[in-house]
Order: sequence, then structure tokens, then C-alpha cells
Amino acid sequence: MTEEAPKKLVELRDLQLYFNQGKANEVRAIDHVSFDIYEGEIFGLVGESGSGKTTIGRTILKIYEQTAGDILFQGKDVTHLKGKQLAEFRKDAQMIFQDPQASLNGRMKVRDIIAEGIDVNKLASSKAERDQKVQELLDLVGLNKDHATRYPHEFSGGQRQRIGIARALAVDPKFIIADEPISALDVSIQAQVVNLMKELQKKHSLTYLFIAHDLSMVKYISDRIGVMHWGKLLEIGSADAVYNHPLHPYTKSLLSAIPVPDPEVEKARQHLEYDTSIETDGKTREMIEVNPGHFVLATPEEAAQYQAQQV
Amino acid sequence: MSNPILKVENLHVNFNTYAGTVQAIRDVSFDLNKGETLAIVGESGSGKSVTTKTLMGLNAKNASIPDNSRLLFKDRNLLDLTEEEWQSVRGNEIAMIFQDPMTSLDPTMKIGMQIAEPLMKHREMKKEDALARALELMQGVGIPNAEEHINDYPHQWSGGMRQRAVVAIALAADPEILIADEPTTALDVTIQAQILTLMKKLQRETSSSIIFITHDLGVVAGMADRVAVMYAGKIVEYGTVDEIFFNPQHPYTWGLLNSMPTTDTAVGTLEAIPGTPPDLLEPPKGDAFAPRNAFALAIDSKEEPPFFKVSDTHYAATWLLDERAPKVTPPAQIQKRWARWQEIQGQEA
Amino acid sequence: MAANTEDFVIVGAQSSDANEHISKPALSFWQDAWRRLKLNKLAVISMWFLIFILAFAVVSNIFVPQKAANAFNSDKVGVYKNLPPNSGLPIPGWDGKIKAPGDTTVTDVYASQGVPDGERFILGTDNIGRSVAKRVIVGLRISLLVAIVATLIDLVIGVAYGVFSGWKGGWVDNVMQRIIEILSSIPNLIIVTMLGLLLGSGILSIILAIAMTGWLSMARQVRNMTLSLKERDYVLAAKTLGESSSKIAVKHLIPNMAGTIIVQIMMTVPSAIMFEAVLSAINLGVKPPTASLGSLISDAQAMLQFYPYQVLIPSAMLVLISLAFILLGDGLRDAFDPRASED
Ligand SMILES: Nc1ncnc2c1ncn2[C@@H]1O[C@H](COP(=O)(O)OP(=O)(O)OP(=O)(O)O)[C@@H](O)[C@H]1O
Ligand SMILES: Nc1ncnc2c1ncn2[C@@H]1O[C@H](COP(=O)(O)OP(=O)(O)OP(=O)(O)O)[C@@H](O)[C@H]1O
Ligand SMILES: [Mg+2]
Ligand SMILES: [Mg+2]
Repeated sequence: MTEEAPKKLVELRDLQLYFNQGKANEVRAIDHVSFDIYEGEIFGLVGESGSGKTTIGRTILKIYEQTAGDILFQGKDVTHLKGKQLAEFRKDAQMIFQDPQASLNGRMKVRDIIAEGIDVNKLASSKAERDQKVQELLDLVGLNKDHATRYPHEFSGGQRQRIGIARALAVDPKFIIADEPISALDVSIQAQVVNLMKELQKKHSLTYLFIAHDLSMVKYISDRIGVMHWGKLLEIGSADAVYNHPLHPYTKSLLSAIPVPDPEVEKARQHLEYDTSIETDGKTREMIEVNPGHFVLATPEEAAQYQAQQV
Repeated sequence: MSNPILKVENLHVNFNTYAGTVQAIRDVSFDLNKGETLAIVGESGSGKSVTTKTLMGLNAKNASIPDNSRLLFKDRNLLDLTEEEWQSVRGNEIAMIFQDPMTSLDPTMKIGMQIAEPLMKHREMKKEDALARALELMQGVGIPNAEEHINDYPHQWSGGMRQRAVVAIALAADPEILIADEPTTALDVTIQAQILTLMKKLQRETSSSIIFITHDLGVVAGMADRVAVMYAGKIVEYGTVDEIFFNPQHPYTWGLLNSMPTTDTAVGTLEAIPGTPPDLLEPPKGDAFAPRNAFALAIDSKEEPPFFKVSDTHYAATWLLDERAPKVTPPAQIQKRWARWQEIQGQEA
Repeated sequence: MAANTEDFVIVGAQSSDANEHISKPALSFWQDAWRRLKLNKLAVISMWFLIFILAFAVVSNIFVPQKAANAFNSDKVGVYKNLPPNSGLPIPGWDGKIKAPGDTTVTDVYASQGVPDGERFILGTDNIGRSVAKRVIVGLRISLLVAIVATLIDLVIGVAYGVFSGWKGGWVDNVMQRIIEILSSIPNLIIVTMLGLLLGSGILSIILAIAMTGWLSMARQVRNMTLSLKERDYVLAAKTLGESSSKIAVKHLIPNMAGTIIVQIMMTVPSAIMFEAVLSAINLGVKPPTASLGSLISDAQAMLQFYPYQVLIPSAMLVLISLAFILLGDGLRDAFDPRASED
């Protein structure tokens, strides 16, 4: 799926973000994380609750300010963007949220929610054009035109999530961060939203950062996957490599926890417990390329071990 | 194996709202056998929670239940109980684990006390004895160093630990029926795996019956003995876990199974169920799933399908099982499952 | 089963249009709140009562000017003073008869003081012969003026201060909260006394006193709401779309705390009215001859034993208005908070 010489859209370089820095309750939400997201790909980021996935997404979008490290978007450092350039960046990078209930303002009509980006960036010159655009966006996500005048609470979870997607697409972004866009939805609706996101990605040549704690959907949608734990990136590689040939014990544990809709498989499935001591022993570890494009956070000895364990 | 401890017959639940009557449960009947886990699956809004709340006598004020609905438990109809009688059933003979561990624990009360309380109330234990039992239960649900944590408050615990405490509270009075309404939906997969393992282990030890509500078929496959699939306030298919997963008959069940990635799902084969569930203010005539069903028959919009028998334990309410219906080819993934069913049947024979 | 074979053909799924249809009537937040408010009879009655009182106070400017209520004929004080309420109908207690001080029997005061025939005072007169009805109407206007000013200040200063403080957060919030704490630790009476010394007592001092302290609890509440709302995903979404802070406040923050704001106003208003009454009662309020409900009560209280109506009528007015605000506020709180009523 990776093309020849893919262009980097987003680059994280040794990113760090500490909440309450220097205080007793300091949290290292992002701890020396580096990775690239290529143009046109879906990059999946997984990890358990509290591992720092949301924080990474929000830091890229400049909602949080990093403690150290750089974020590059299309080759340019976005850390100190201001004014017009910031506005441009805001248009290019958008977000889809986890909780479809909380991400829509209940006091606004669906039309005005979707048109918010159009209004801010003055993308429509008249009311008719604005309505026209909203109409197209509703169409795009499979909603009806009479939904434009309704309020969010009248919709089901899946429909609300589609409204959120329409809002993000209104400014015609290049890059979308989807922060657990399906965790709050039913399984059957999850497929609906995931398929819609895939379809839109092709149609609008979008790049996604897709955040989730469940590897099975991530594997299905992503080209490459990064695995996080306690603010560190532990493993990164193609979706197939991470899912089918995991290297890091944490990834293995995470994979073993996924329930599979097959009673026979379930009877045999054994959840592997993860021994966190390998993260707290104080040794320095680096991202080591064990297989082409497949990196793991390890000491050189561990890397050799991981390599040897592969079948 | 039919030894029902609970029989639900013709359950209807209506909610009166300003916009009209919401028919949330429309004629649901099922049995729960002793020692089994019955999973109820279905989309959001299909009525899973309303069913369980009715079983706990906890429905909202605006609910109304017609007289012919019956919940038979130990030779009495639970729907006839007064609030006082309910209090001796709830948390004692029937206990519940809620979805959100945050809201089902009292933030101002020590966790040990919260576990001990049902024991003092229903078993008339003395405080010391109840607390001693609470400690055992905390150890039982795998809280490390339980004696150090018995005086903790909920906010001092992580989500996974809290849900363990909720499980411990539900199990305290050794209930005959345990209702778990999406007990792991709010948790991430790692913690979900721990809680599910825990519930299975505890059930083996206590042989209580569990009603397990979820929309995650993966969880169902691992937990359930029998499965009931709900759609728009009705059960549309029920059977043993193998029957539902390997020989599904209702197109809605097909849709649910199809929309989940499995280990061998190739990229691009995830099939979503289009559209949204019907509005229960105006439930559609006939088969409620018809508008979203690629295999809908003309009769589906006119007449409601009855339950067709697939086996002694397996029934499905779809006109596709009528002898006059055309033979349809289910989606590829379902065909694979059917093939597996043939194998399993072959092995057994 | 009457079905025939053509019923058993595959027709497939319906179009998405039919599928995604919502049959509930579209209800906005306000319509929904209004619907729930209507279920609360007491709140609705209170609301109509307040609307009526407000309209009456405005219209009354035409037929009861302030001057008319203050004026009295110094030559005829003896004739008109302390007349009891007289409806003209033989209703006991409202027929112009009263037990005069020291008497044991009821006398027709109108006749004994020589009031010309046909002249009646529906709510009686005070001790210098001014119509209590007129004075209550003027007092009502003052009280409502105080209420309106309190509301405006609450809305303008309280909301703006709260939103700004909560939105900025950090040290700005810290400083602004300390200021609130300092202001609210100064007793109101001290502020009024100081203002009274500076500006002389009167309506202006009262309004300034309310302006200085009345918005504090609103500001605190709004700030707390802002702190929680600003973390909401829709606010983050607006941020990532590039919306400016002031737009976010107007479009997302304030509409979502409208319920809290309105309920808070419903609590501020009666306390402002009461505050004015108390001030007037201790002679820090309106200057005579201007009447306010508070000054009417305090002026008449010396004679409470003999002419109870002079105290009771303005008091009843005060209590009714405050009660109506409180009941309406209660109803609004439930109407804005769907969890409280479960349908
Ligand atoms: N504003 C904040 N102040 C302090 N700590 C924070 C803040 N936001 C997040 N954290 C902490 O940072 C860590 C990472 O949080 P984050 O929300 O990024 O995790 P996540 O991987 O998105 O988890 P989830 O799956 O629960 O969404 C957590 O320990 C969290 O408690
Ligand atoms: N108090 C109530 N008043 C009106 N309608 C209600 C009430 N409680 C539930 N309903 C409706 O009953 C239907 C079934 O709701 P229920 O909560 O049982 O769904 P569920 O299957 O548990 O869904 P989820 O997966 O979202 O928990 C829904 O359409 C819901 O809107
Ligand atoms: Mg997160
Ligand atoms: Mg539910």
C-alpha cells in the first residue's frame, strides 16, 4: 500500500509533553515520541486508556503546547504559527471526536454546526451558497436535507458522528485526526462510520491519524500502526506487520485481549498479561528497525531477541 | 437442560412522552436457565437496558407495562411486587452490574462499606462480619493488597479497579441472577479482558445465572451459552451461542456478524448495516428491520414474521424461513460460517 | 396466514432517505424547555403574575405619576389621614370601617372624619392622607426598577466577568477570583453606608451598591460553568476550525449556560428587591417623599397595631413578587435540566 518515495505530511520529532511539569503530580503524557505520517495514508495509533493518544492528537492540532520537540506539517514547523498562517493550518488539519454527543453543541441546528468552518473561513459568499455547501456535506455523509434544521439530540449516535465528520470536511482539510471516532458507537454502526471514513479518504485524498484502543478496527482501516503505552511509542510498522507479527510484548498482550466474534476461537483465546517491568528498569531504549519499516522500542539486545523470536 | 429460573413472557414496556408513546419493548419472551449465561445483543436503542431495568424493577416514572406481561421468578410475577418487596429482591436474589463504574459507586462512601452494605441489609450480618466478607470478595475479584484498600474511596481507584468493585458489590449477596448491562463497554480492551475472565471464573464458582447485555459480538462469543438478538424492541433470533454464530438465520444477525472484523477479515469486506434503527414512537408495520434489509420480502412490510423453528433451541423471526420464501444466498462471510456449522455438525454426528 | 406467493419476492432495503427519517417533531432547546415549564402550574402562574405586574408598573406611569402619589393637602390632613381600605362593598374589613385606636367598637372612619360622600380609597390612606394604593404602585415601580437594574448588571458584568475569568484560566483567573472573594467579604451594609455618605442616600446609592456586589455569585457560577464547558469537544472543534475566543463565548459557551444564567437571575432579583426594602427600612434607601415598598413598610410600622393595613399591603406585595420569582426560578431550573423530569 505504500507508494514509492511517499511524501511526509506530518512529522513528530522527539515530542514531549508533560502536564503539571515540575510538580508532584507531573504526568509524562508524551515521552520522546517521533513518527511520521505520510500523505494519503491512514496511520493508526493504539494503546490503552491514558497512554497519551489524545494528547498527541491535540498537540498536533495546537490545542496543547508541547514541552519539547517539534511538529512539522508539510515540512514546516507549526509550533509558532500565528495569524494568517495559523488560520491556514486550521483549515488543513481537522478533528473528529470520540463522543458524538459531547462534540456537537446542543443549542445549534445541524446546519449551523456543519457551516461553522464555512463561516469562520468565509468559504461561502452568500447564504444560498452556504446552504448549498451544507446540503452537499449532508449528502456526502448520507443524511437527508431535512436534517439540516434539526438539533443534535434528535439523532442517533451514528448519525451524530456523521454530522461531526461533515463539520470537519466543510473546510476541505488535508489531514484529519480521528480520536476514537467509533469507540462510543455500536459495532454495526462502527462499520458504517469506518466505511464512510475510508470512502471519504479516497474521494478527497485525505490523510488520517486514527486513534483507538481496539486493534481490530484499527488494523482493518490503517496502513500503518503505532502502539503506545505510558506516553511512549513502543512499536510502529505496517498494519499487517503489527497485527500479525507483533514484536513488543505489550502489543502481543493488546492483541490477545481482543475478543473475536467466533465462539471456537474464543474458547481457545488466552489473554497474555503484560509485564510492565521492561519499561521501568531504567535502561535506555531506542526505536530499532527490526524488519524493514517495522520499528520497536528496545535495547540492542532485546531487538536481537525480538528478531530471533520471529517465525 | 431446560431448568428455567426466570421466565419472561410477553413483556411490553411503553414510555409516555410528550411526542407520544414510545413502544420500547414489544412482546419479548425468553427463559433463563440455572447456571447459564444468556447474552442479549442488539443495536443502541433496541431495548436491552429497558429489559434489564424492568427485571430489576427500576424503570423510569413514565414507563407503563400492560397486565399480560409476566416476569416469573420463583413462582411469583415480579411485576406484581410492591416497592418494598422489590427491595428484598434487588441486590439480593437479582443483582446488577451497570455500565459505568463511575456512576454506580457512591463517591462519598468507602469501597469496603459499599460491598458490605448489601450483606448487612439482606443477610443481616454484623458490620465486622460483613466487612470481613467484603475483604474476601475484594480478594476474589483480584484487587491486589485488598486489606490496604478496603478504606479507599472510589476516586482513588482506576476505572478497571472500580469496575471490579462493582462486580464485588453485585456478587456480595450471592445472587441467583446477575444482570450485567454492558459491564465493559466503558473500559478499554485490556481491562475488559480482565473483567470478563473474572466474571467467568466467578460464575463457575457460584453457578449463578447471568444475563449479559452487550453490543459486542466478540464478547458474546466468549461469554455466552445462549444468545438472544434484539432489534427495535423485539427478539428476532435466539439460540445457543454456536447456532447464532455459525448458523445465523435472521438477516439482522447476518448484518451484525458482518460488520465485525474477524481475524481473517480481508481488507474491504466489512459490511455495515445501512441506515438507522426505526423510531419506536411509530414502529413500522411488519418486520421492523425490513427498511434496512437487503433481503426484505414484500410481505415484510405487511405482516410481522412469527418465530420459525430452526432447531429445538434455535428460533428466528424472519419470513425468509417460510417455505414459500425464495432461497437467498447470504453474504460471503455468513456462508463461510454456515460451512463451519456443517463441519461442526459433522464432527458431532 | 392470508399471504400469497407474490408476497414472497425480494424487494430489498429502502432508500437511505426513508431510512434516516426522524418522525419526532423538531424541538429546539428553548421549545423543549418551554414545554416542560408548562407542566409546572405554579411556575406558569408566577410567570403570568410577573408579566402582569411588570406591564402594570409600566402602564401605571400614565395614570399614577410620582407627583400624584407624593402630594397631599396639608390643610385637610385631619380629614384624609389613616383612612382604612374601602371597596364600597359591604365586605368586612374592606368597607371603610375600623376599630379606632382605643375604641372597642368598629366605626365608619370615612363618616367620622368627614370625608366627602363618594370619595373612597380602595387601599386606604397613610398618616398624612396620601392614597396607599398610589404609593404602593410607585413603590412597586421602584422595586421593579431595582430588579431590572440588578438583572442587567448580573447579565452584563456577572456573565462577562465569569466567562472571561474561566476562559483565560491560569493566573488571570486566579486574580479575578481573588477580587471576587475580596468584594464579597465586605458586608453590603458597609458599602451602602459609605455610598450613602458619598452620594447621599437615594435610589442611586442603592443601585450602585447592588452593582458592586449583586453580580458576584453570577460571576462565580458562570466561571465554573465556563471551566467545564471549555473542555467540551464542541468548543475544541470550534477552536480547530479557527473560531475566535469571543465568537466561541457567544456561540458555544453562553447558550449552553443559558439555563444556569436565567435561574441565577431569578435568585438575584428577589434578593435585590429585599435588599432595597431593608435599606429603605433602615433609612439608607430612597429619600422621602419617594415611596418604595421598603420605605412604606418602615414608615407605617410604628402604627402597625392601629393601622395594620398600611404595613400589610406593601408587605404582601413584596412577598408575592419575591415568591413569584422564586417559584418561576424553580420551574425554570427543572425545565432546563431534563434529568430532573424524566420524559
Ligand atoms: N489536562 C490534563 N492535565 C493533566 N493531566 C492530563 C491532562 N490531560 C490528560 N492528562 C493525563 O495524560 C495522560 C494521557 O492522557 P490521554 O487523554 O492522552 O490518554 P488517551 O490515550 O487518549 O486515553 P483514552 O483512551 O482514555 O482516551 C493520562 O495519564 C491523563 O491522565
Ligand atoms: N424513560 C424513557 N422515556 C422514553 N423513552 C425511553 C425511556 N427509556 C428508554 N426509552 C427508549 O427506549 C428505547 C430502548 O432503550 P434502551 O436504553 O433499552 O436501549 P439499549 O438497547 O440499552 O441501547 P444502548 O446500547 O444505547 O444502551 C430507546 O428508543 C429509548 O429512547
Ligand atoms: Mg483519548
Ligand atoms: Mg443500554
